[in-house]
Amino acid sequence: MTEPIIETANLGRDFVRTEGPLLRRRRRTVSAVQDVGFTVAPGEIVGYLGPNGAGKSTTMKMLTGILAPSRGRVRVCGLEPSRQRTRLAARIGVVFGQRTTLWWDLPLRDSLALTRHLYRVPADLHAARLAELTELLELEPFLTTPVRQLSLGQRMRGDLTAALLHAPELLVLDEPTIGLDVVSKSAIREFLLRLNTERGTTILLTTHDLGDVERLCRRVLVIDHGRTAFDGDLAGLRATAPTPRTLVVDLVQPEAPIVVPGARTVRVEGPRQWLELSTNPAAVVSEVARAHRIADLTLREPDIEEVVARLYRAGREEPTALPRP
Amino acid sequence: MADTVVVPYFRLAWAWCRALAQYPVSLTLLTLAQLGTTTVELAALFFVFGHVDALAGFTLHEALLIYGLTGTAFCLADLLMGSTERLGEHVRKGGFDVMLVRPVSPLVQLATDGFSPRRLGKLVPGLVALVVALGVLEISWTPGRMAMVPVLVVSGAVICCSLWVIGACMQFFIAEARELSNAITYGGYALSEYPLAIYGRDIVRAVTFVVPLAFVSWQPALYLLGRPDPLGMWPWLRYASPVVAVLLCAVAALTWRVGLRHYRSTGS
Repeated sequence: MTEPIIETANLGRDFVRTEGPLLRRRRRTVSAVQDVGFTVAPGEIVGYLGPNGAGKSTTMKMLTGILAPSRGRVRVCGLEPSRQRTRLAARIGVVFGQRTTLWWDLPLRDSLALTRHLYRVPADLHAARLAELTELLELEPFLTTPVRQLSLGQRMRGDLTAALLHAPELLVLDEPTIGLDVVSKSAIREFLLRLNTERGTTILLTTHDLGDVERLCRRVLVIDHGRTAFDGDLAGLRATAPTPRTLVVDLVQPEAPIVVPGARTVRVEGPRQWLELSTNPAAVVSEVARAHRIADLTLREPDIEEVVARLYRAGREEPTALPRP
Repeated sequence: MADTVVVPYFRLAWAWCRALAQYPVSLTLLTLAQLGTTTVELAALFFVFGHVDALAGFTLHEALLIYGLTGTAFCLADLLMGSTERLGEHVRKGGFDVMLVRPVSPLVQLATDGFSPRRLGKLVPGLVALVVALGVLEISWTPGRMAMVPVLVVSGAVICCSLWVIGACMQFFIAEARELSNAITYGGYALSEYPLAIYGRDIVRAVTFVVPLAFVSWQPALYLLGRPDPLGMWPWLRYASPVVAVLLCAVAALTWRVGLRHYRSTGS
Protein backbone atom coordinates (compact mmCIF):
# COMPACT_ATOMS: atom_id res chain seq x y z
CA MET A 1 0.00 0.00 0.00
CA THR A 2 1.38 3.38 -0.97
CA GLU A 3 1.67 6.23 1.47
CA PRO A 4 -1.45 8.45 1.35
CA ILE A 5 -0.88 11.97 0.01
CA ILE A 6 -3.55 13.47 2.27
CA GLU A 7 -4.33 12.04 5.66
CA THR A 8 -6.72 13.59 8.17
CA ALA A 9 -8.25 12.21 11.35
CA ASN A 10 -10.64 13.84 13.79
CA LEU A 11 -9.74 17.14 12.21
CA GLY A 12 -11.54 20.16 13.63
CA ARG A 13 -11.33 23.91 13.66
CA ASP A 14 -13.16 26.33 15.93
CA PHE A 15 -13.61 30.05 15.58
CA VAL A 16 -14.29 32.35 18.47
CA ARG A 17 -16.95 34.92 17.66
CA THR A 18 -17.68 37.92 19.80
CA GLU A 19 -21.20 39.19 19.52
CA GLY A 20 -23.63 41.50 21.20
CA PRO A 21 -23.34 45.17 22.06
CA LEU A 22 -19.97 46.61 22.98
CA LEU A 23 -20.28 46.46 26.76
CA ARG A 24 -21.97 43.09 26.99
CA ARG A 25 -19.90 41.22 24.46
CA ARG A 26 -20.15 37.49 24.62
CA ARG A 27 -17.62 35.07 23.26
CA ARG A 28 -19.04 32.08 21.50
CA THR A 29 -17.10 29.23 20.01
CA VAL A 30 -18.31 28.12 16.62
CA SER A 31 -17.09 24.89 15.14
CA ALA A 32 -16.60 25.32 11.40
CA VAL A 33 -15.14 21.84 11.07
CA GLN A 34 -16.05 19.35 13.78
CA ASP A 35 -14.71 15.98 12.87
CA VAL A 36 -13.35 15.28 9.43
CA GLY A 37 -11.35 12.20 8.59
CA PHE A 38 -10.31 10.88 5.20
CA THR A 39 -7.27 9.79 3.28
CA VAL A 40 -6.43 10.37 -0.35
CA ALA A 41 -4.04 8.08 -2.18
CA PRO A 42 -1.64 9.42 -4.82
CA GLY A 43 -3.26 9.62 -8.26
CA GLU A 44 -6.85 10.02 -7.09
CA ILE A 45 -9.26 12.76 -8.15
CA VAL A 46 -11.53 13.54 -5.24
CA GLY A 47 -14.48 15.91 -5.24
CA TYR A 48 -15.10 17.64 -1.94
CA LEU A 49 -18.75 18.64 -1.81
CA GLY A 50 -21.00 20.37 0.63
CA PRO A 51 -23.29 23.37 0.87
CA ASN A 52 -22.01 26.84 1.67
CA GLY A 53 -20.89 27.02 5.27
CA ALA A 54 -20.45 23.26 5.67
CA GLY A 55 -16.74 23.63 6.31
CA LYS A 56 -15.30 22.93 2.84
CA SER A 57 -13.12 26.01 2.60
CA THR A 58 -11.98 25.69 6.20
CA THR A 59 -10.83 22.12 5.50
CA MET A 60 -9.05 23.26 2.35
CA LYS A 61 -7.30 25.98 4.34
CA MET A 62 -6.14 23.48 6.94
CA LEU A 63 -4.84 21.18 4.21
CA THR A 64 -2.84 23.97 2.60
CA GLY A 65 -1.53 25.34 5.90
CA ILE A 66 -3.39 28.64 5.78
CA LEU A 67 -5.21 27.81 9.00
CA ALA A 68 -3.91 25.86 11.95
CA PRO A 69 -6.35 23.14 13.06
CA SER A 70 -7.87 23.35 16.55
CA ARG A 71 -7.67 19.60 16.98
CA GLY A 72 -7.05 16.39 15.14
CA ARG A 73 -4.38 15.28 12.76
CA VAL A 74 -3.57 16.40 9.25
CA ARG A 75 -0.71 15.34 7.00
CA VAL A 76 -0.25 16.42 3.40
CA CYS A 77 2.65 14.99 1.39
CA GLY A 78 3.93 13.70 4.71
CA LEU A 79 4.18 17.22 6.14
CA GLU A 80 2.23 19.03 8.81
CA PRO A 81 0.69 21.89 6.81
CA SER A 82 0.47 24.76 9.30
CA ARG A 83 3.92 24.15 10.76
CA GLN A 84 5.70 23.29 7.52
CA ARG A 85 3.66 25.56 5.29
CA THR A 86 6.49 26.92 3.18
CA ARG A 87 7.94 23.48 2.48
CA LEU A 88 4.50 22.16 1.64
CA ALA A 89 3.79 25.13 -0.64
CA ALA A 90 6.66 24.07 -2.89
CA ARG A 91 5.10 20.62 -3.35
CA ILE A 92 1.44 21.47 -3.93
CA GLY A 93 -0.42 23.70 -6.36
CA VAL A 94 -3.39 25.72 -5.18
CA VAL A 95 -5.99 27.50 -7.31
CA PHE A 96 -8.73 29.63 -5.85
CA GLY A 97 -11.50 30.07 -8.42
CA GLN A 98 -12.58 33.34 -6.89
CA ARG A 99 -9.23 35.09 -6.75
CA THR A 100 -6.14 35.11 -8.86
CA THR A 101 -2.59 34.35 -7.82
CA LEU A 102 -1.27 36.27 -10.81
CA TRP A 103 -0.06 39.87 -10.77
CA TRP A 104 -2.80 42.10 -12.07
CA ASP A 105 -0.70 44.55 -14.09
CA LEU A 106 1.92 42.17 -15.43
CA PRO A 107 1.60 40.35 -18.74
CA LEU A 108 0.77 36.68 -18.16
CA ARG A 109 4.23 35.58 -19.32
CA ASP A 110 5.93 37.86 -16.75
CA SER A 111 3.58 36.72 -14.00
CA LEU A 112 4.52 33.14 -14.75
CA ALA A 113 8.22 34.00 -14.88
CA LEU A 114 7.91 35.60 -11.44
CA THR A 115 6.19 32.47 -10.16
CA ARG A 116 9.19 30.52 -11.40
CA HIS A 117 11.47 32.58 -9.17
CA LEU A 118 9.24 32.22 -6.14
CA TYR A 119 9.18 28.45 -6.56
CA ARG A 120 12.83 28.39 -7.65
CA VAL A 121 12.28 26.28 -10.71
CA PRO A 122 15.39 25.98 -12.91
CA ALA A 123 15.07 28.03 -16.11
CA ASP A 124 15.26 25.12 -18.56
CA LEU A 125 12.64 23.09 -16.67
CA HIS A 126 10.40 26.14 -16.53
CA ALA A 127 10.73 26.73 -20.25
CA ALA A 128 9.89 23.11 -21.04
CA ARG A 129 6.87 23.00 -18.74
CA LEU A 130 5.62 26.38 -19.90
CA ALA A 131 5.84 25.25 -23.52
CA GLU A 132 3.87 22.12 -22.67
CA LEU A 133 1.20 23.95 -20.68
CA THR A 134 0.97 26.69 -23.31
CA GLU A 135 0.08 24.05 -25.85
CA LEU A 136 -2.34 22.11 -23.63
CA LEU A 137 -4.18 25.15 -22.31
CA GLU A 138 -3.81 27.22 -25.49
CA LEU A 139 -2.20 30.17 -23.76
CA GLU A 140 -0.31 31.44 -26.80
CA PRO A 141 -2.80 34.14 -27.89
CA PHE A 142 -2.76 35.95 -24.55
CA LEU A 143 0.68 35.27 -23.09
CA THR A 144 1.69 38.91 -23.53
CA THR A 145 -1.62 40.40 -22.34
CA PRO A 146 -1.69 42.01 -18.88
CA VAL A 147 -3.61 39.78 -16.49
CA ARG A 148 -6.22 42.44 -15.77
CA GLN A 149 -7.31 42.32 -19.43
CA LEU A 150 -7.82 38.56 -19.53
CA SER A 151 -11.28 37.01 -19.63
CA LEU A 152 -12.28 34.85 -16.69
CA GLY A 153 -11.64 31.66 -18.66
CA GLN A 154 -8.21 32.84 -19.82
CA ARG A 155 -7.32 33.94 -16.33
CA MET A 156 -8.28 30.56 -14.91
CA ARG A 157 -6.05 28.83 -17.46
CA GLY A 158 -3.28 31.23 -16.46
CA ASP A 159 -3.84 30.45 -12.78
CA LEU A 160 -3.74 26.72 -13.46
CA THR A 161 -0.47 27.16 -15.32
CA ALA A 162 0.98 29.15 -12.41
CA ALA A 163 -0.04 26.40 -10.00
CA LEU A 164 1.52 23.65 -12.15
CA LEU A 165 4.85 25.10 -13.27
CA HIS A 166 6.64 23.62 -10.28
CA ALA A 167 5.14 20.18 -11.06
CA PRO A 168 3.26 19.69 -7.78
CA GLU A 169 2.30 16.22 -6.58
CA LEU A 170 -1.06 17.49 -5.39
CA LEU A 171 -3.34 20.08 -6.95
CA VAL A 172 -5.92 21.67 -4.67
CA LEU A 173 -8.69 23.50 -6.51
CA ASP A 174 -11.32 25.64 -4.83
CA GLU A 175 -14.22 25.98 -7.27
CA PRO A 176 -12.07 25.97 -10.39
CA THR A 177 -14.93 26.35 -12.87
CA ILE A 178 -17.00 28.97 -11.06
CA GLY A 179 -18.37 31.57 -13.43
CA LEU A 180 -16.95 29.95 -16.56
CA ASP A 181 -18.87 29.28 -19.78
CA VAL A 182 -19.50 25.75 -21.04
CA VAL A 183 -16.56 25.70 -23.45
CA SER A 184 -14.04 26.94 -20.87
CA LYS A 185 -15.40 24.54 -18.26
CA SER A 186 -15.01 21.57 -20.53
CA ALA A 187 -11.51 22.65 -21.62
CA ILE A 188 -10.44 22.82 -18.00
CA ARG A 189 -12.02 19.48 -17.10
CA GLU A 190 -10.33 17.70 -20.00
CA PHE A 191 -7.04 19.27 -19.05
CA LEU A 192 -7.35 18.14 -15.43
CA LEU A 193 -8.17 14.59 -16.52
CA ARG A 194 -5.14 14.53 -18.76
CA LEU A 195 -2.95 15.90 -16.00
CA ASN A 196 -4.18 13.15 -13.71
CA THR A 197 -3.75 10.27 -16.14
CA GLU A 198 -0.48 11.38 -17.77
CA ARG A 199 1.39 12.86 -14.84
CA GLY A 200 -0.41 11.11 -12.01
CA THR A 201 -1.10 14.40 -10.24
CA THR A 202 -3.51 13.95 -7.36
CA ILE A 203 -6.41 16.38 -7.51
CA LEU A 204 -8.71 17.51 -4.72
CA LEU A 205 -11.40 19.94 -5.75
CA THR A 206 -14.40 21.65 -4.23
CA THR A 207 -17.21 22.49 -6.58
CA HIS A 208 -20.89 23.17 -6.84
CA ASP A 209 -20.89 22.04 -10.44
CA LEU A 210 -22.39 18.64 -11.16
CA GLY A 211 -20.56 18.49 -14.47
CA ASP A 212 -17.20 18.76 -12.72
CA VAL A 213 -18.06 15.91 -10.39
CA GLU A 214 -19.44 13.61 -13.06
CA ARG A 215 -16.62 14.15 -15.51
CA LEU A 216 -13.74 14.19 -13.05
CA CYS A 217 -14.39 12.57 -9.72
CA ARG A 218 -14.30 8.83 -9.27
CA ARG A 219 -14.65 9.53 -5.59
CA VAL A 220 -16.66 12.14 -3.72
CA LEU A 221 -16.47 13.31 -0.14
CA VAL A 222 -19.46 15.11 1.28
CA ILE A 223 -19.08 17.30 4.32
CA ASP A 224 -22.06 18.45 6.32
CA HIS A 225 -22.08 20.51 9.49
CA GLY A 226 -18.36 20.03 9.81
CA ARG A 227 -18.47 16.22 9.59
CA THR A 228 -17.76 13.77 6.79
CA ALA A 229 -21.24 12.71 5.69
CA PHE A 230 -20.29 10.50 2.76
CA ASP A 231 -17.15 9.02 1.28
CA GLY A 232 -17.45 6.88 -1.83
CA ASP A 233 -18.23 6.98 -5.55
CA LEU A 234 -20.95 8.98 -7.25
CA ALA A 235 -23.25 5.98 -7.80
CA GLY A 236 -22.92 5.15 -4.12
CA LEU A 237 -23.87 8.70 -3.22
CA ARG A 238 -26.98 8.47 -5.39
CA ALA A 239 -27.88 5.14 -3.78
CA THR A 240 -27.47 6.53 -0.26
CA ALA A 241 -29.95 9.24 -0.87
CA PRO A 242 -32.26 8.03 -3.61
CA THR A 243 -33.52 11.05 -5.45
CA PRO A 244 -36.36 10.70 -7.96
CA ARG A 245 -35.95 11.70 -11.56
CA THR A 246 -38.25 14.37 -12.88
CA LEU A 247 -40.29 14.23 -16.06
CA VAL A 248 -40.98 17.64 -17.52
CA VAL A 249 -44.09 17.54 -19.73
CA ASP A 250 -45.02 20.33 -22.14
CA LEU A 251 -48.68 19.99 -22.99
CA VAL A 252 -50.27 21.57 -26.01
CA GLN A 253 -52.45 23.70 -23.78
CA PRO A 254 -52.67 24.35 -20.01
CA GLU A 255 -54.50 21.60 -18.15
CA ALA A 256 -55.27 20.53 -14.61
CA PRO A 257 -52.42 18.65 -12.84
CA ILE A 258 -51.89 15.26 -14.50
CA VAL A 259 -52.79 12.22 -12.44
CA VAL A 260 -50.95 9.03 -13.43
CA PRO A 261 -49.82 6.01 -11.44
CA GLY A 262 -46.10 5.98 -10.65
CA ALA A 263 -45.69 9.76 -10.66
CA ARG A 264 -46.68 12.79 -8.68
CA THR A 265 -47.21 16.24 -10.18
CA VAL A 266 -45.10 18.61 -8.13
CA ARG A 267 -45.36 21.81 -10.11
CA VAL A 268 -47.58 23.35 -12.81
CA GLU A 269 -46.69 26.44 -14.83
CA GLY A 270 -49.00 27.14 -17.77
CA PRO A 271 -48.79 24.21 -20.17
CA ARG A 272 -45.66 22.85 -18.47
CA GLN A 273 -45.88 20.32 -15.63
CA TRP A 274 -43.21 18.65 -13.48
CA LEU A 275 -43.76 15.03 -12.50
CA GLU A 276 -41.68 13.35 -9.83
CA LEU A 277 -41.19 9.72 -10.89
CA SER A 278 -41.34 6.80 -8.56
CA THR A 279 -41.24 4.06 -11.22
CA ASN A 280 -39.91 3.38 -14.70
CA PRO A 281 -40.28 6.53 -16.82
CA ALA A 282 -41.39 4.57 -19.93
CA ALA A 283 -44.62 3.44 -18.29
CA VAL A 284 -45.40 6.94 -17.07
CA VAL A 285 -44.64 8.48 -20.45
CA SER A 286 -46.98 6.12 -22.32
CA GLU A 287 -49.65 6.66 -19.68
CA VAL A 288 -49.39 10.45 -19.97
CA ALA A 289 -49.30 10.29 -23.78
CA ARG A 290 -52.53 8.24 -23.82
CA ALA A 291 -54.52 10.78 -21.81
CA HIS A 292 -53.01 14.10 -22.88
CA ARG A 293 -51.76 15.88 -25.99
CA ILE A 294 -48.03 16.38 -25.50
CA ALA A 295 -45.87 18.96 -27.26
CA ASP A 296 -42.55 17.99 -25.68
CA LEU A 297 -41.00 15.77 -23.00
CA THR A 298 -37.73 15.92 -21.04
CA LEU A 299 -36.39 13.57 -18.43
CA ARG A 300 -34.22 15.23 -15.83
CA GLU A 301 -31.63 13.38 -13.76
CA PRO A 302 -31.42 14.68 -10.22
CA ASP A 303 -28.43 16.98 -9.97
CA ILE A 304 -25.79 16.43 -7.38
CA GLU A 305 -26.91 19.38 -5.29
CA GLU A 306 -30.30 17.75 -4.79
CA VAL A 307 -28.75 14.42 -3.91
CA VAL A 308 -26.45 16.12 -1.44
CA ALA A 309 -29.29 18.18 0.01
CA ARG A 310 -31.28 14.97 0.55
CA LEU A 311 -28.33 13.35 2.21
CA TYR A 312 -28.16 16.27 4.66
CA ARG A 313 -31.83 16.10 5.44
CA ALA A 314 -31.56 12.37 5.98
CA GLY A 315 -28.59 12.86 8.26
CA ARG A 316 -30.42 15.42 10.32
CA GLU A 317 -33.66 13.51 10.66
CA GLU A 318 -32.09 10.20 11.52
CA PRO A 319 -31.73 10.64 15.29
CA THR A 320 -35.31 11.81 15.73
CA ALA A 321 -36.98 9.51 13.19
CA LEU A 322 -39.83 7.47 14.60
CA PRO A 323 -39.69 3.69 14.29
CA ARG A 324 -41.86 2.42 11.45
CA PRO A 325 -45.12 0.82 12.59
CA MET B 1 18.11 33.96 4.34
CA ALA B 2 19.47 35.43 1.10
CA ASP B 3 17.65 32.79 -0.91
CA THR B 4 14.36 32.92 0.91
CA VAL B 5 14.11 36.61 1.77
CA VAL B 6 16.46 38.95 -0.08
CA VAL B 7 16.26 37.46 -3.58
CA PRO B 8 12.45 37.05 -3.59
CA TYR B 9 12.14 40.57 -2.15
CA PHE B 10 14.02 42.10 -5.03
CA ARG B 11 12.33 39.89 -7.63
CA LEU B 12 8.89 40.90 -6.39
CA ALA B 13 9.79 44.56 -5.95
CA TRP B 14 11.22 44.62 -9.45
CA ALA B 15 8.05 43.03 -10.85
CA TRP B 16 5.95 45.74 -9.22
CA CYS B 17 8.23 48.44 -10.58
CA ARG B 18 7.77 47.02 -14.04
CA ALA B 19 4.02 46.84 -13.58
CA LEU B 20 3.98 50.48 -12.48
CA ALA B 21 6.17 51.46 -15.40
CA GLN B 22 3.12 50.73 -17.53
CA TYR B 23 1.79 54.07 -16.33
CA PRO B 24 4.90 56.29 -16.60
CA VAL B 25 3.08 59.63 -16.28
CA SER B 26 1.28 58.55 -13.14
CA LEU B 27 4.51 57.21 -11.65
CA THR B 28 6.40 60.43 -12.36
CA LEU B 29 3.66 62.66 -10.95
CA LEU B 30 3.28 60.56 -7.80
CA THR B 31 7.03 60.57 -7.22
CA LEU B 32 7.06 64.36 -7.55
CA ALA B 33 4.05 64.63 -5.22
CA GLN B 34 5.79 62.57 -2.56
CA LEU B 35 8.92 64.64 -3.00
CA GLY B 36 6.75 67.73 -2.63
CA THR B 37 5.08 66.74 0.66
CA THR B 38 8.35 65.93 2.42
CA THR B 39 10.00 69.05 1.02
CA VAL B 40 7.20 71.10 2.56
CA GLU B 41 7.97 69.53 5.95
CA LEU B 42 11.62 70.49 5.52
CA ALA B 43 10.57 74.00 4.53
CA ALA B 44 8.50 74.20 7.73
CA LEU B 45 11.66 73.57 9.74
CA PHE B 46 13.39 76.50 8.01
CA PHE B 47 10.29 78.60 8.57
CA VAL B 48 10.40 77.93 12.32
CA PHE B 49 14.07 78.87 12.45
CA GLY B 50 13.24 82.08 10.60
CA HIS B 51 11.61 83.22 13.85
CA VAL B 52 13.89 81.73 16.49
CA ASP B 53 17.62 81.09 16.64
CA ALA B 54 17.37 77.86 18.57
CA LEU B 55 14.76 75.22 19.50
CA ALA B 56 15.28 73.89 23.04
CA GLY B 57 18.92 74.89 22.64
CA PHE B 58 19.38 73.28 19.21
CA THR B 59 20.53 75.37 16.24
CA LEU B 60 19.14 75.08 12.73
CA HIS B 61 21.98 72.85 11.60
CA GLU B 62 21.60 70.59 14.59
CA ALA B 63 17.86 70.35 14.01
CA LEU B 64 18.61 69.62 10.38
CA LEU B 65 20.72 66.65 11.46
CA ILE B 66 17.79 65.29 13.51
CA TYR B 67 15.38 65.88 10.64
CA GLY B 68 17.78 64.17 8.25
CA LEU B 69 18.25 61.10 10.46
CA THR B 70 14.49 60.77 10.98
CA GLY B 71 13.61 61.39 7.35
CA THR B 72 16.18 58.94 6.01
CA ALA B 73 15.28 56.17 8.46
CA PHE B 74 11.51 56.54 8.14
CA CYS B 75 11.47 56.88 4.39
CA LEU B 76 13.80 53.90 3.96
CA ALA B 77 11.43 51.89 6.17
CA ASP B 78 8.45 53.22 4.23
CA LEU B 79 10.09 52.18 0.97
CA LEU B 80 10.98 48.70 2.22
CA MET B 81 8.14 47.87 4.60
CA GLY B 82 5.45 50.52 4.08
CA SER B 83 3.17 48.15 2.16
CA THR B 84 2.72 45.98 5.25
CA GLU B 85 0.16 48.48 6.54
CA ARG B 86 -2.24 47.11 3.91
CA LEU B 87 -2.37 43.73 5.64
CA GLY B 88 -5.97 44.23 6.79
CA GLU B 89 -7.06 44.84 3.21
CA HIS B 90 -5.34 41.67 2.01
CA VAL B 91 -6.92 39.69 4.83
CA ARG B 92 -10.40 40.96 3.97
CA LYS B 93 -10.06 40.36 0.25
CA GLY B 94 -8.44 36.96 0.67
CA GLY B 95 -5.18 37.99 -0.97
CA PHE B 96 -3.32 36.97 2.15
CA ASP B 97 -4.41 33.35 1.63
CA VAL B 98 -2.73 33.45 -1.76
CA MET B 99 0.49 34.70 -0.15
CA LEU B 100 0.36 31.86 2.37
CA VAL B 101 0.31 29.13 -0.28
CA ARG B 102 3.49 30.34 -1.98
CA PRO B 103 6.85 29.02 -0.78
CA VAL B 104 8.14 32.49 0.10
CA SER B 105 7.72 34.28 3.42
CA PRO B 106 4.33 36.02 3.41
CA LEU B 107 6.00 39.02 5.09
CA VAL B 108 8.25 39.45 2.05
CA GLN B 109 5.23 39.19 -0.26
CA LEU B 110 3.26 41.63 1.86
CA ALA B 111 6.09 44.15 2.03
CA THR B 112 6.62 44.08 -1.72
CA ASP B 113 2.96 44.09 -2.66
CA GLY B 114 2.42 47.36 -4.49
CA PHE B 115 6.11 48.24 -4.10
CA SER B 116 6.56 51.60 -5.70
CA PRO B 117 9.73 53.47 -6.57
CA ARG B 118 7.72 56.67 -6.10
CA ARG B 119 8.50 56.38 -2.40
CA LEU B 120 12.10 57.18 -3.34
CA GLY B 121 10.80 60.71 -3.83
CA LYS B 122 10.10 60.97 -0.09
CA LEU B 123 13.62 59.91 0.71
CA VAL B 124 15.30 62.80 -1.10
CA PRO B 125 14.74 65.72 1.34
CA GLY B 126 15.73 63.65 4.38
CA LEU B 127 18.88 62.37 2.73
CA VAL B 128 19.83 65.85 1.50
CA ALA B 129 19.24 67.31 4.97
CA LEU B 130 21.39 64.59 6.54
CA VAL B 131 24.28 65.07 4.14
CA VAL B 132 24.15 68.87 4.42
CA ALA B 133 23.95 68.77 8.23
CA LEU B 134 26.87 66.36 8.51
CA GLY B 135 28.84 68.66 6.22
CA VAL B 136 28.20 71.98 7.90
CA LEU B 137 28.15 70.91 11.57
CA GLU B 138 31.48 71.02 13.29
CA ILE B 139 31.43 67.47 14.52
CA SER B 140 34.63 66.24 16.10
CA TRP B 141 35.10 63.37 13.67
CA THR B 142 36.90 60.30 14.89
CA PRO B 143 37.10 57.06 12.89
CA GLY B 144 34.57 55.59 15.35
CA ARG B 145 32.05 58.40 14.81
CA MET B 146 32.42 58.15 11.04
CA ALA B 147 31.82 54.43 11.11
CA MET B 148 28.82 54.95 13.36
CA VAL B 149 26.93 57.17 10.87
CA PRO B 150 25.84 54.33 8.57
CA VAL B 151 25.27 52.06 11.58
CA LEU B 152 22.95 54.66 13.14
CA VAL B 153 21.05 55.22 9.89
CA VAL B 154 20.57 51.46 9.44
CA SER B 155 19.56 51.04 13.10
CA GLY B 156 17.00 53.82 12.72
CA ALA B 157 15.62 52.21 9.57
CA VAL B 158 15.44 48.81 11.28
CA ILE B 159 13.57 50.35 14.24
CA CYS B 160 11.09 51.98 11.86
CA CYS B 161 10.65 48.77 9.82
CA SER B 162 9.97 46.86 13.03
CA LEU B 163 7.40 49.43 14.15
CA TRP B 164 5.73 49.11 10.76
CA VAL B 165 5.55 45.34 11.05
CA ILE B 166 4.28 45.46 14.65
CA GLY B 167 1.65 47.99 13.55
CA ALA B 168 0.62 45.74 10.67
CA CYS B 169 0.33 42.74 13.01
CA MET B 170 -2.31 44.55 15.04
CA GLN B 171 -4.52 44.07 11.99
CA PHE B 172 -4.43 40.32 12.60
CA PHE B 173 -6.34 40.99 15.80
CA ILE B 174 -8.33 44.14 15.06
CA ALA B 175 -9.72 44.51 11.56
CA GLU B 176 -9.52 48.29 11.32
CA ALA B 177 -6.22 48.80 13.09
CA ARG B 178 -4.58 50.60 10.18
CA GLU B 179 -5.26 54.07 11.61
CA LEU B 180 -3.90 52.96 14.95
CA SER B 181 -0.66 51.75 13.42
CA ASN B 182 -0.44 54.87 11.26
CA ALA B 183 -0.54 56.93 14.46
CA ILE B 184 2.67 55.21 15.51
CA THR B 185 4.41 55.11 12.14
CA TYR B 186 3.54 58.43 10.52
CA GLY B 187 2.81 60.04 13.88
CA GLY B 188 6.19 58.94 15.17
CA TYR B 189 7.78 60.33 12.03
CA ALA B 190 6.20 63.76 12.59
CA LEU B 191 7.17 63.71 16.25
CA SER B 192 10.82 62.78 15.82
CA GLU B 193 11.50 65.31 13.06
CA TYR B 194 12.23 67.86 15.79
CA PRO B 195 14.60 67.80 18.79
CA LEU B 196 12.67 65.78 21.37
CA ALA B 197 13.66 68.23 24.11
CA ILE B 198 10.82 70.52 22.99
CA TYR B 199 8.19 67.96 24.04
CA GLY B 200 8.91 67.58 27.74
CA ARG B 201 10.02 64.73 29.92
CA ASP B 202 6.98 62.41 29.90
CA ILE B 203 6.67 62.25 26.15
CA VAL B 204 10.39 61.65 25.78
CA ARG B 205 10.19 58.84 28.35
CA ALA B 206 7.33 57.30 26.37
CA VAL B 207 9.22 57.43 23.07
CA THR B 208 12.32 56.05 24.76
CA PHE B 209 10.90 53.13 26.70
CA VAL B 210 7.49 52.36 25.17
CA VAL B 211 7.75 53.11 21.45
CA PRO B 212 11.51 53.54 21.05
CA LEU B 213 11.40 56.38 18.54
CA ALA B 214 14.07 58.30 20.47
CA PHE B 215 16.65 55.87 19.12
CA VAL B 216 15.89 56.74 15.51
CA SER B 217 17.28 60.28 15.54
CA TRP B 218 17.33 61.90 18.99
CA GLN B 219 19.87 59.75 20.81
CA PRO B 220 22.03 59.24 17.68
CA ALA B 221 22.09 63.03 17.17
CA LEU B 222 23.17 63.59 20.78
CA TYR B 223 25.95 61.07 20.18
CA LEU B 224 27.16 62.64 16.94
CA LEU B 225 26.99 66.16 18.37
CA GLY B 226 28.63 65.07 21.61
CA ARG B 227 26.04 66.97 23.62
CA PRO B 228 24.77 66.09 27.08
CA ASP B 229 21.11 65.06 27.21
CA PRO B 230 19.15 68.25 28.03
CA LEU B 231 16.55 66.08 29.81
CA GLY B 232 19.20 64.42 31.92
CA MET B 233 18.47 60.83 30.89
CA TRP B 234 21.14 58.17 31.16
CA PRO B 235 24.11 59.13 29.00
CA TRP B 236 24.69 55.57 27.76
CA LEU B 237 21.32 55.56 25.96
CA ARG B 238 22.95 57.29 23.02
CA TYR B 239 25.01 54.18 22.28
CA ALA B 240 21.98 51.90 22.49
CA SER B 241 20.40 52.42 19.04
CA PRO B 242 21.90 49.30 17.39
CA VAL B 243 20.91 47.15 20.39
CA VAL B 244 17.40 48.62 20.43
CA ALA B 245 17.16 47.92 16.70
CA VAL B 246 18.08 44.25 17.18
CA LEU B 247 15.69 43.85 20.13
CA LEU B 248 12.78 45.56 18.40
CA CYS B 249 13.42 43.47 15.31
CA ALA B 250 13.10 40.35 17.47
CA VAL B 251 9.87 41.68 18.99
CA ALA B 252 8.51 42.36 15.50
CA ALA B 253 9.42 38.85 14.35
CA LEU B 254 7.70 37.36 17.39
CA THR B 255 4.60 39.51 16.89
CA TRP B 256 4.44 38.40 13.28
CA ARG B 257 4.61 34.74 14.30
CA VAL B 258 1.93 35.15 16.92
CA GLY B 259 -0.21 37.08 14.43
CA LEU B 260 0.14 34.33 11.82
CA ARG B 261 -0.92 31.72 14.39
CA HIS B 262 -4.00 33.80 15.14
CA TYR B 263 -4.83 34.34 11.49
CA ARG B 264 -8.42 33.30 10.81
CA SER B 265 -8.74 33.91 7.07
CA THR B 266 -12.05 35.06 5.61
CA GLY B 267 -15.36 33.29 5.21
CA SER B 268 -15.26 31.95 1.69
